[in-house]
Amino acid sequence: MAPTRREFLKIAGFSAVGLALPFLPSLAFDQAGTPTAGSSSPAVQGPLPALKAKRWAMTVEPRKCRPDCTDCIAACHLEHNVPDFRNPKDDIHWISLEKVEHVFPAETHPRLPESITKLPVPVLCNHCENPPCVRVCPTQATFKRADGIVMMDYHRCIGCRFCMAACPYGSRSMNWRDPRPFVRKINPAFPTRTKGVVEKCNFCEERLARGILPACVIACKDKALAFGDQEDPRSDVRLILDKCLSLRRRPELGTGPRVYYIL
Amino acid sequence: MLEKALRGSRGYGIWVAFLLLLVAVGFFFYLRQLDYGLGITGMSRDVSWGLYIAQFTFLVGIAASAVMLVLPYYLHDFKAFGKITILGEFLAVSAVTMCITFVFVDLGRPDRAVNLLLYPSPRSVLFWDVIVLSGYLLLNIVTGWTVLESDKKGVPPPAWVKPLIVLSIPWAVSIHTVTAFIYSGLPGRGFWLTAIMAPRFLASAFASGPALLILLCLILRRFGRFDAGDKAIQTLAKIVTYALATSIFFVLAELFTVFYSQIPGHMHHLTYLFAGLNGHHTIARWMAVSAATAVAALVLLIIPRARKNESLLALACVGVFLSLWIEKGLGLVVTGFVPSPMETITDYTPTGPETAITIGVWALGLMLITLLYKIFVSVRNEE
Ligand code: SF4
Ligand code: SF4
Repeated sequence: MAPTRREFLKIAGFSAVGLALPFLPSLAFDQAGTPTAGSSSPAVQGPLPALKAKRWAMTVEPRKCRPDCTDCIAACHLEHNVPDFRNPKDDIHWISLEKVEHVFPAETHPRLPESITKLPVPVLCNHCENPPCVRVCPTQATFKRADGIVMMDYHRCIGCRFCMAACPYGSRSMNWRDPRPFVRKINPAFPTRTKGVVEKCNFCEERLARGILPACVIACKDKALAFGDQEDPRSDVRLILDKCLSLRRRPELGTGPRVYYIL
Repeated sequence: MLEKALRGSRGYGIWVAFLLLLVAVGFFFYLRQLDYGLGITGMSRDVSWGLYIAQFTFLVGIAASAVMLVLPYYLHDFKAFGKITILGEFLAVSAVTMCITFVFVDLGRPDRAVNLLLYPSPRSVLFWDVIVLSGYLLLNIVTGWTVLESDKKGVPPPAWVKPLIVLSIPWAVSIHTVTAFIYSGLPGRGFWLTAIMAPRFLASAFASGPALLILLCLILRRFGRFDAGDKAIQTLAKIVTYALATSIFFVLAELFTVFYSQIPGHMHHLTYLFAGLNGHHTIARWMAVSAATAVAALVLLIIPRARKNESLLALACVGVFLSLWIEKGLGLVVTGFVPSPMETITDYTPTGPETAITIGVWALGLMLITLLYKIFVSVRNEE
């Protein structure tokens, strides 16, 4: 996907911030030998500098979502070769829209207005500060990068699914069968998975490496999603977090989710 | 001694052939699973562990129960168990073999199983489970076999086995504790997140394992020309009684905590398990059978006259085994996933191929038990 004008503005914003952390290359792609850099966009001459952060985070404002819009899902799943099985048993998704009562069961009560209960709430991996999925993985195929992104190494995962039991948010999907025939249009810039491995949202680390914001953030025309460094007071997410009450899913579990909801 | 497994009566031959057939059928379907993927099972995104992992969990308990023979004999010199400690150890060997096979057939990428050892991850409970299970397997093969070999030669077992046998006692506790920690250490699954998980596992293991041993002893007496002795069997029966009572008590304690505190995240799972939720009743029906059988078996076991009656004892043991198999081999794993983190209820029904593979692995274990017990009986009858 080619960066748009808005993306460039955001990227410019990011590059203004000097960050000390070195960029960590993805183990997953290194092992596969799959290219991680290189933009196909004619508008861009050569790759942009990678986006870096101390702690990547996302804010979600479901009230901004248009009814029945699924642009974020479509963009993410197209970018990452996520198959569409059209049945709940084999289902794989990285991002989905759920009802408030399912995303925040503890905050739900019968007097909530319909304007809230009817909202579609985008849910994805929270890239937890203290991720149980990483703790339980017996092969370190799931690991946390220095910038907080929780990553999967599809070439190491043995498919034991301990991480799926451990994730308190249902963020992970298993490839119960060969996904390739069910990927509508294969994006050659991103690896496809084999049957038998687990996968999930990667905060578009492959795009960040190319200096582009996550696909869902760019795809959302209503700006319901914002992405940035939560340690940087001038980042998009901090501009939102600093001025209102934000919720995280099941914070009492101590996982430290880094996807924040403003409702 | 191995050659002793090869010669036997006609009935023995037919039984082994029958088990081999089941193993072959299971293997055939495993090949299909390898080809298609784990989607051939009933597991889904919401219920991502099923029959395989549940069997593994149940069988770890069977394996751990060997300690109920070894401990009284080696630490308290309880002579009546002297004749049958090896049976316990061989049962452990077969059960652990089944456990490891079940974990293996549950892997999405079995070709990469070696990654478990290539990238050791001490923070993962599963890593430790693999370590303690293989250690336990090794301990029991070595001790069981060595003691039997000395028996055959008519000499006392070498001095170095005793420490290994004593080591196998805490080791047995460790395998079931670590297996319980796989579940009880997960923050988001209210059903499993309970400190009593490990004690509960141990209590139910010390009921189901010895119950199976009693049944095996009764079978050996009938068909194997080997008598474990009434004293040994009756003592085992008492162990089963106390362990079953403890196990039921633990479940009741769990039920009280959950339903008196009324925290929804914990309550929903147990409601689903025992009463059904939003019209999903399949598991609850199984659990009703499990609960009724457990209570009936407990009554039979508590009444001394019933316990001393061999047929009633056998019936009670079948009941204990069945009840705890339903509880651990069906209910425990699946219920942890229902309702899901998104509060949806997804039913899990094992598929045909999945059931065939499960039966195949059980048949493999039964075959190991048969062969090892055959060797044992042949050696003993030569003396
Ligand atoms: S949301 Fe789930 S998968 Fe994502 S980091 Fe947290 S525990 Fe892991
Ligand atoms: S399924 Fe893969 S990523 Fe998940 S715990 Fe097992 S090895 Fe790790």
